[in-house]
Amino acid sequence: MGFFKNLFNGLKKTKETLSKKLSMIFGRGELTDDFFDDLEAILIGSDMGVQTTEEIIDDVRAKCKKSHIKTQNEFTEILKQSILDILESGVKAEEEYPMAVLVIGVNGVGKTTSIGKMANYYKQQKKEVMLVAGDTFRAAATNQLVEWANRAKVKIVKQNEGTDSASVVFDGLTSAKAKNMDVVLIDTAGRLHVKENLMEELKKIDRVVDKTWAEVNYKKYIVLDATTGQNAISQVKYFNEAVGIDGIILTKLDGTAKGGVVIPIINELHVPVVFIGVGEGIDDLRPFDAKEFVDAII
Amino acid sequence: MGLFSSLSEKITNIFSKLTRRGKLTESDIKEAMREVRVALLEADVNYLVVKQLISSITEKAVGEKVLKSLTPGQQVIKIVNEELTAIMGGTNAKLNVASNPPTIILMCGLQGAGKTTMCGKLGLNLRKQGKKPLLVACDIYRPAAIEQLQVVAKSINLPVFEKGTQDPVKTSKQAIEYAKQYGYDTVIIDTAGRLQIDETLMNELKNIKAAVGPTEILLTVDSMTGQEAVNVSEEFNNQLDITGVILTKLDGDTRGGAALSISQVVKKPIKFCGIGEKMSDLEPFYPDRMASRILGMGDVLTLIEKAEQAVSQEEAEKLEKKFRENSFTFDDYLSQLENLKKMGGIQNILGMLPGMGALKNVQVDEKQLQKNKAIIQSMTPKERNNPEIIKSSNRQRIAKGSGTTIQDVNQLIKQFEQTKELMKQMKSKKGFGKMPFNIG
Repeated sequence: MGFFKNLFNGLKKTKETLSKKLSMIFGRGELTDDFFDDLEAILIGSDMGVQTTEEIIDDVRAKCKKSHIKTQNEFTEILKQSILDILESGVKAEEEYPMAVLVIGVNGVGKTTSIGKMANYYKQQKKEVMLVAGDTFRAAATNQLVEWANRAKVKIVKQNEGTDSASVVFDGLTSAKAKNMDVVLIDTAGRLHVKENLMEELKKIDRVVDKTWAEVNYKKYIVLDATTGQNAISQVKYFNEAVGIDGIILTKLDGTAKGGVVIPIINELHVPVVFIGVGEGIDDLRPFDAKEFVDAII
Repeated sequence: MGLFSSLSEKITNIFSKLTRRGKLTESDIKEAMREVRVALLEADVNYLVVKQLISSITEKAVGEKVLKSLTPGQQVIKIVNEELTAIMGGTNAKLNVASNPPTIILMCGLQGAGKTTMCGKLGLNLRKQGKKPLLVACDIYRPAAIEQLQVVAKSINLPVFEKGTQDPVKTSKQAIEYAKQYGYDTVIIDTAGRLQIDETLMNELKNIKAAVGPTEILLTVDSMTGQEAVNVSEEFNNQLDITGVILTKLDGDTRGGAALSISQVVKKPIKFCGIGEKMSDLEPFYPDRMASRILGMGDVLTLIEKAEQAVSQEEAEKLEKKFRENSFTFDDYLSQLENLKKMGGIQNILGMLPGMGALKNVQVDEKQLQKNKAIIQSMTPKERNNPEIIKSSNRQRIAKGSGTTIQDVNQLIKQFEQTKELMKQMKSKKGFGKMPFNIG
């Protein structure tokens, strides 16, 4: 139940403000243009972006007209369903073992922390987990991951700072394969998606994974910070173009940030959210549930 | 590319329509403002800030002065530009310095904003200005955070004061004593990332503030932050009364609307921005330049400054003379390439030019320039001065010496001759100025 409480607390702020705002604008009765203008502000204000917001509003407006909506509850259900439709259009990544997950993203989104929590998550499911310290660039990143490996009591493969990331990844996968690991979680250095040389380096790592362990169920997850605005769309696009993305890990949902940017991302690119991070503790990560997410934010 | 290029493209498009038509009606302004609104929202400017901005700009734009003026489009651009600049604080704000050293800088912000890296960049920047900085490790929560600061500091040769996971309030107090004793005139305190709603951790910051009385409390914000930027900066400011803001990761393609939101909400200056992974990648924040960027006028000011740094006045005059006399040689070409590199490479320069947003996806081949450099360096001094004397056997030698093919050499020589031809035609036009743009 700890999980649940955390998610709830994490998203409570979001929920409070959104439904408070909704009831404020609903209090005036009629579903006028002003009402929809206010709704637009609410959705844009949760980082859903101009275009997706417009699409949602058009959809909701049409449905409201069709079914003669009178109460706030009826309206909320329609709004939720509209957003849910988008969220569920993401194609889920299947979890078969052995599985290797390459964790990628821009700087400071919480890649290393997410890996620590994922290690714990799979460990609790009785999987054999190994971490690979592929971030050889950021100062002390390896030590940070070692700390997480200790906390989750899982194995880790590392080399010295400054060594070629691809070679650490090669070592890690070779070792994981030999030791029959179920889950390999590969950390990478944060990189801005527009830095071509760094994206080339990532492609190299990607090729190494493919070659070193061709049979493994290989997934690439991008980590997104819930406080990020529309730039998250650009991040997903670039990383997707470089190596292909199978899923999103949405972090830092324990603040007041809404993480609403995943809605336009899924709307546009149909990449599913896999995990959400709702706190700093090792247990503060859970699989994404679209319905729960919508219920929690509206 | 340019920091705000996507947004500037949009607004440029809107206003180019207005500018073409010459005269400006009320409905023109309304139409333009609708577009400005969408552009700003897509740039992550907070929706409430956008609302205020649009209404104040509309009010000013629908004035008589604009309608009567000859170029109404330009007038509107000017109004929007001034408004954005004013919101972002008007002018560049410098760091405050304590009259009684040490100057104490307290860094704060959310997780992952880039505080630890910024401590290093700030320290390096201040040392270059002749200060003697001491970094203090007060992030006792994130695994290996102290070590990260130590590694960062070591790479730029700055000392770190740390007391392990001891209470950060105590550590920062001791650090100030240490600084006084050993003559450090600037103390930069790194703290753990925290949520603005985390009472315990926000209290910790308040306690550090009370204990050391910082000269500056700088909120570090990721420039990619969305609508949330308003809540974060407002709450940090309410709790700590911050003195300024640092924007990080501006080297990405974020439109950076957070800069506008934060300025509008907390009314505190943005003092620096982080523009890369190297420790020297720190720049002062100039509101007017940022506003120009937003409006598609390009960052010409920064460009001029960079050109001035890269090319001395004397050198520029010499070059202009050569252009005029058409005595431009491969040696000059080579030094131009060096200047370009000093200015941050062609990609960087294109991003700062107005109207170059469309070239965003054009890949300028910096490798080709490297190749050209190698080819020229494989020529004899005589050949560099008189390209006409390069015979085909010479070309073979040059190709071999530079690790290129004879086609590469031919192409460069042809390009060079075309450039010279172009200059001859342009000779009548006045002054190439200091801009070394006539590169191959």
